[in-house]
Amino acid sequence: MADKDLKTKWNLTPGGWNLEGVPAYQDEKRFTQVGRSVPRVDGPVKVKGEAVYTGDMILPGMVYGKIKRSTYAHAIIKKIDYSKALELPGVLAVITGEEAPNKWGIVPQAANETVLAIGKVRFYGEGVAAVAAVDEETAEAALELIEVEYEPLPVLLDPFESMARAGEVLIHEDSPKNILHEGEQVYGDIDKAFAECEYVLEREFHTNYPQHGFLEPQTALASYDPQSGQMHLWASTQIPHYLHRQLSIVLEIPMNKIRVTLPAIGGGFGGKGEASIAEFVASLLSRKIGRPVSVTFERNEVFFTNKGRHPCHMKVKMGLDKEGYIKAIDFDNTLDKGAYSGWGMVVLFYTASMLHLPYEVPNVRFRGRSVYTNKPSTGAMRGLGGVQPRWALECIMDELAEVMGISPYELKMKNAIESSHTCINNMFVPHSEYKKCLETAVEKSGFLEKHGKLPFGKGIGIAGGYYISGTAYTLYQNYKPHTSVMIRVDTEAGVTLMCAAADIGQGCNTVMAQMVAEELGVHYEDVHVQSGDTEIGAFDLGSFASRLTYASGAAIKMACVEINQKIKETAAGMLGVRADQLVLKNREVYSMYETKKRIPWEKVVEAYTSINGSLVGLGNFSPPRRKGIDIVTGNRVQGANIGHSPTFGFSAQVHEVEVDVETGRIYVKKVTEAGDCGTPVNPMSVDGQVEGSIMFNLGACLYEDQKLDANGKHLNPNFHDYKTPTTMEMPEMDTNIVESYDHTAPFGVKETGEGAVQPTFPAITNAIYDAIGVRFYNLPITPEMVLKALKEKKAVEASSK
Amino acid sequence: MKKLIELDINGRLYEVAVNDRDLLLDVIRKKAGLFGTKKGCGEGDCGACTVLIDGKPELACLKLAIACQGKKITTVEGLIQEGGALHPIQQAFVDHGAVQCGFCTPGMIMSAKGLLDRNPKPTLYDIKHELSGNICRCTGYKRIIEAVQAAAEVWSKEGVK
Repeated sequence: MADKDLKTKWNLTPGGWNLEGVPAYQDEKRFTQVGRSVPRVDGPVKVKGEAVYTGDMILPGMVYGKIKRSTYAHAIIKKIDYSKALELPGVLAVITGEEAPNKWGIVPQAANETVLAIGKVRFYGEGVAAVAAVDEETAEAALELIEVEYEPLPVLLDPFESMARAGEVLIHEDSPKNILHEGEQVYGDIDKAFAECEYVLEREFHTNYPQHGFLEPQTALASYDPQSGQMHLWASTQIPHYLHRQLSIVLEIPMNKIRVTLPAIGGGFGGKGEASIAEFVASLLSRKIGRPVSVTFERNEVFFTNKGRHPCHMKVKMGLDKEGYIKAIDFDNTLDKGAYSGWGMVVLFYTASMLHLPYEVPNVRFRGRSVYTNKPSTGAMRGLGGVQPRWALECIMDELAEVMGISPYELKMKNAIESSHTCINNMFVPHSEYKKCLETAVEKSGFLEKHGKLPFGKGIGIAGGYYISGTAYTLYQNYKPHTSVMIRVDTEAGVTLMCAAADIGQGCNTVMAQMVAEELGVHYEDVHVQSGDTEIGAFDLGSFASRLTYASGAAIKMACVEINQKIKETAAGMLGVRADQLVLKNREVYSMYETKKRIPWEKVVEAYTSINGSLVGLGNFSPPRRKGIDIVTGNRVQGANIGHSPTFGFSAQVHEVEVDVETGRIYVKKVTEAGDCGTPVNPMSVDGQVEGSIMFNLGACLYEDQKLDANGKHLNPNFHDYKTPTTMEMPEMDTNIVESYDHTAPFGVKETGEGAVQPTFPAITNAIYDAIGVRFYNLPITPEMVLKALKEKKAVEASSK
Repeated sequence: MKKLIELDINGRLYEVAVNDRDLLLDVIRKKAGLFGTKKGCGEGDCGACTVLIDGKPELACLKLAIACQGKKITTVEGLIQEGGALHPIQQAFVDHGAVQCGFCTPGMIMSAKGLLDRNPKPTLYDIKHELSGNICRCTGYKRIIEAVQAAAEVWSKEGVK
């Protein structure tokens, strides 16, 4: 290691503290288990094909459920006749909406979805009835025998049309303007600020309608025991707790009679961050017939139920002063909610809070509305509420830099926030290495040497971004800790972590094992993780908002305090050393002063358990709450609920593109990324998250869009017509983890799973501008759009000659 | 009416009763009980159900089971080595972080196996081209490609069945 590396690595903290002379045992950053690129704990079973996903499970007596779906996007249900279906041999039960009228939705204030439609359908593909049968073929045949009579209603597919025609057509009777929610947040004096600005630019941006495309369709297996009244549900979900709670509401069974278990999960990206009707239908049918029922969506059902990213129609105005400091942002957003509320209100206000970072913005006005349409509902999708405004803001900054005649890099560096920053909306950022991200991405990519200097058709673009590391509030009014964990230590099971965190493929089971091992002084291979079960594990909110590493890390640290204290006290007696002078590391307990006095960790556990039995530690985590009340004025602070986070991750991306001017095709050739994720607990996993993020949004920027016909019928509910990127579209990717350590965070960690999707749209869009001199304000940027724009550009150039 | 047929899956003969329309994917999963082969779309688009038929990667969701009589079918479970050791492709996927949710993984590995059997020294383009029918939404493909490159190296050095 070079001298320079050694210096930054060991002697100086990111905050610039000199730790020279601090002994290793007092340096909280000298980890042995955290910070290692270890292989995933579930890697081997997955490559062998032995990992059990929900759809791989078979229980004794298990039968299959299928869902009859609406062929209208908006219609009154006049009649459902399922008598013929019931007569079909092998059919065990048929249910319709009336079976479970209680409404569900992840945000309880706005919950308005029923398991199956009651009285009216609001999107094409909405469930209207469900069948349980001895096999899938019989269930499918039974669906054909169910007769549904509809009376079609006008179909509203565009949010502006939906608002305009609300007097004539209502999607929900209790939403008189066809609006789920609208809101305004004003900070500072926006008009005064704009009047003082030297540079002001106003633009409109429109985003598309992508879907997550997780490879494993939603699947649920429910087993109801009529004797005990106990429901056991195995489900492909990101949110065992919120699912648990909603099941309790819909089924009217107390939570303590329901158990949710997560087998292996085949990806989620937010799409499994809401309950799925597969889960409700399986549970209702199982309760009705007293046998286990398995429901697996076909791929088209995944698209019909959607819950993908909200199309946003954004009017953005940004003003800079003479020096290029951002003075004001005025942002107006109309979100396309689709048919049901889901995460809608949360997404609406995330698009508001995302305006406040990663730059210092002293005056901000947000006005937004989330509008119902007769489309499959939108919901949470990787980078929730951030991706759309980030795209608009980073693109408009690129344009402003050009107007000013400076590099977009310079403009971003000038405005980038630093550690200990309080935004005007009261969000507090304890730690930021955003500038280092920008510097690294620019340096590594040679951005400054290339930008504006590449031949026509080739371009380079830069953008930055950030994301939360967990939220400050639960989705329903509650003050309990967001995460609880139990750690059991004994000679029988070794170390076992029991929690309800959801490993949906992102790898939290591995990362949690590393953190437990670090804290207890053992190796990560020694730790068994029992996660994703609401009965075995302690309470956890689930996998969303990039919260797990931070929240679980904090709870794990707390649980280990108690265990380590007992281990130390026991070892102290065995070694004849003061307990507070003992160090736990590498499966050993030793004196920090007399290092010859040491004993294997296992021996201490054996001694303790021989006397007292198993050692158990409990830990929990509650995020710091930034109060919604201004302490000085007593006024309610706007935007107090959404956007606050214990800490924030930052990143920057530079994309290099080639545009084929003959075909209009855009090729992303190289991506240089730099991310501030705090301490990378597992750097290989961090890189995997970042590379996955880049490809995820590269797809949504250039190819992915769900299309509906004029009647609201889904035109591409399959991977053939809904184009996701393949290996052939993969650019060269250079991802870099910048040195960072957040002293306020457990192990210094921050998010990485959602921040890295933020800069992708704008970096590509800005690179395309650099390549062909055309700015795009609509997504996805298709070859047709490129060709049309080039043609128009040529015409303008010709006429100006 | 159902017919009794024999299928050779991973060197074992399975006697299964099938309808003419039954797909190989359903027979492998439900009748042979080999759940490693995944169904991501059922329409031949995602590649999660890729198996080898007489050494060639094929989509089990588009194949009729009756058409596979007398052929050698290999699923991901058939790759396991003596004593339960991982096949070099499987090992490389674990070591290189090529697995996240794991749902595309069996199909990816079978496509890679088909490629390396045919072409043990593939170029980057060969690998990308061969795997382009397998969708992965988690990894961004980079580590999968690195894993296949690493496996190819082991392959050419040590030779693998």
